[in-house]
Amino acid sequence: MNAPIVKVERVGMRFDTNKGPFVALRDIDLEIARGEFVSLIGHSGCGKSTLLNLIAGLTLPTEGVCLCNGREIGGPGPERAVVFQNHSLLPWMTCFENVYLAVERVFGGTESKAQLKARTRAALEMVHMDHALQKYPNEISGGMKQRVGIARAFAMEPQILLMDEPFGALDALTRASLQDELMGVMAKTGATVVMVTHDVDEAVLLSNRVVMMTNGPAATIGEILEVKLDTPRERLKLAHDPAFAEYRAAVMEFLYQKQMKKAA
Amino acid sequence: MSTLTLSAADAAPEKVDKAAPAATPATPATHTPPAAPAPRSRGFSLQWLRTLIAAVSGIGALVAVWWMVADTVDSFPGPIPTWHAAVELFADPFYNNGPNDMGIGWNVLYSLERVGIGFGLAALVGIPAGFLVGRFGFMRSASEPVISLLRPVSPLAWLPIGLLVFRDANLAAIWVIFICSIWPMIINTAAGVRAVPQDYLNVARVLALSEWKIVTRILFPAVLPHILTGVRLAVGTAWLVIVAAEMLTGGIGIGFWVWDEWNNLSVEHILVAILVIGVVGLALEYALLWLAKRFSYGGTV
Repeated sequence: MNAPIVKVERVGMRFDTNKGPFVALRDIDLEIARGEFVSLIGHSGCGKSTLLNLIAGLTLPTEGVCLCNGREIGGPGPERAVVFQNHSLLPWMTCFENVYLAVERVFGGTESKAQLKARTRAALEMVHMDHALQKYPNEISGGMKQRVGIARAFAMEPQILLMDEPFGALDALTRASLQDELMGVMAKTGATVVMVTHDVDEAVLLSNRVVMMTNGPAATIGEILEVKLDTPRERLKLAHDPAFAEYRAAVMEFLYQKQMKKAA
Repeated sequence: MSTLTLSAADAAPEKVDKAAPAATPATPATHTPPAAPAPRSRGFSLQWLRTLIAAVSGIGALVAVWWMVADTVDSFPGPIPTWHAAVELFADPFYNNGPNDMGIGWNVLYSLERVGIGFGLAALVGIPAGFLVGRFGFMRSASEPVISLLRPVSPLAWLPIGLLVFRDANLAAIWVIFICSIWPMIINTAAGVRAVPQDYLNVARVLALSEWKIVTRILFPAVLPHILTGVRLAVGTAWLVIVAAEMLTGGIGIGFWVWDEWNNLSVEHILVAILVIGVVGLALEYALLWLAKRFSYGGTV
């Protein structure tokens, strides 16, 4: 494949807590190629969100380096857009304004106002939210908010999209429809995505590779599963696909046999 | 568990998604109106009536107590003489017979002007100071002992300092208002800045917004409700303090007017002034509450 867009090299993360240092991650090595969809999966507390935040630059590693396009990641930036778990829309702005804020930041220097507005509208149309441009976040449902959050991230045309359990807070039906939506958007844009999830089906359905993490503390990458299913994937067909079932089984085996969490 | 998720999703991946936004506005519009309004409006008016009766009886009790006190204490005017005095005063609230004899309207306006200037200056200094204190830990640690030390001091204790520095009674009164208004504004703004959810700041960081955009688009709107709370507390305190300050500084203003009427032994006028001060304070409070509601995002509508 072509040169990796993101390289994580021997990264470790230690937090200084009241009870002394806490090692969240150790010895993480990962390369993400352009156009790839990578899922990070593991039990809660395994540091998968921490790893995502490191790639985003929201936190900096205490050991090793994260590289984006060969350059060290020293902080967050719009070329690495983040879709937050709780959507993080600004409640005093309409859906349109929330997306426009991001569009203006990225393209404001080179494009006219009309172009910026067209971009904003196109992004919201892509996630089928063009009916609620002038609505405020507290006037729409949780699934719709997450759509707007995704639209905001895609509108920035980032080199890589980082999603932190983007559908975790949604009910199963809404989640499924948003997953389909995301697959549609990815087919159109060929985006590179890293997604944190705890949903095995979601990981296998969407990913090219599933990165399975061991239990924390001092979590690291346990196994990496390559999902070689044809790319315009259809949920209904895959439900009866033995290959799909096998991939699922492999992930579940890792999670529930090799990394069984001791009951609390 | 995971099989369930998948099969449930199989059932209606597209339909749910497309139908939901279209259906939501339509259903309540067609179904609710005939059933809902009647009981709701009756309940509302009943509640309203009850509140009204309670309010009227409260004020009635106050007037009754006043009447009884006026009956027992000599030279303390009851409601009726006070009413006559009020009618006389409000017949021409804006007369002007030179600086020592002006209508009650002028006196109230002069007091409001002092409050406005003192409070306005306090807002100009206090709100940015609150942002700095809230945003930077060093500033917080530096200002905390100073604020805790000075805040409990009665604002009137600052009056001599004002007289000394400004050599002007009017400026000294404004100075006192400034001092008493600034603490709630700094404290509430700082608390608001500290309470801005990390999520919003993460959005700002991912977008790499300029510091100016962070302040205008994210911090300021997020903190505005807190600022308005500070403003409301500050105005309330300022209106309390101005009456006392003016009693000491003299000049035109409702505080000195009360003192002047005491020297004239026209107690009816003092009682009218007390009512006027109360009404103005209430009006300020409600105006700011309305403003706060207007600018609070979410929750309302």
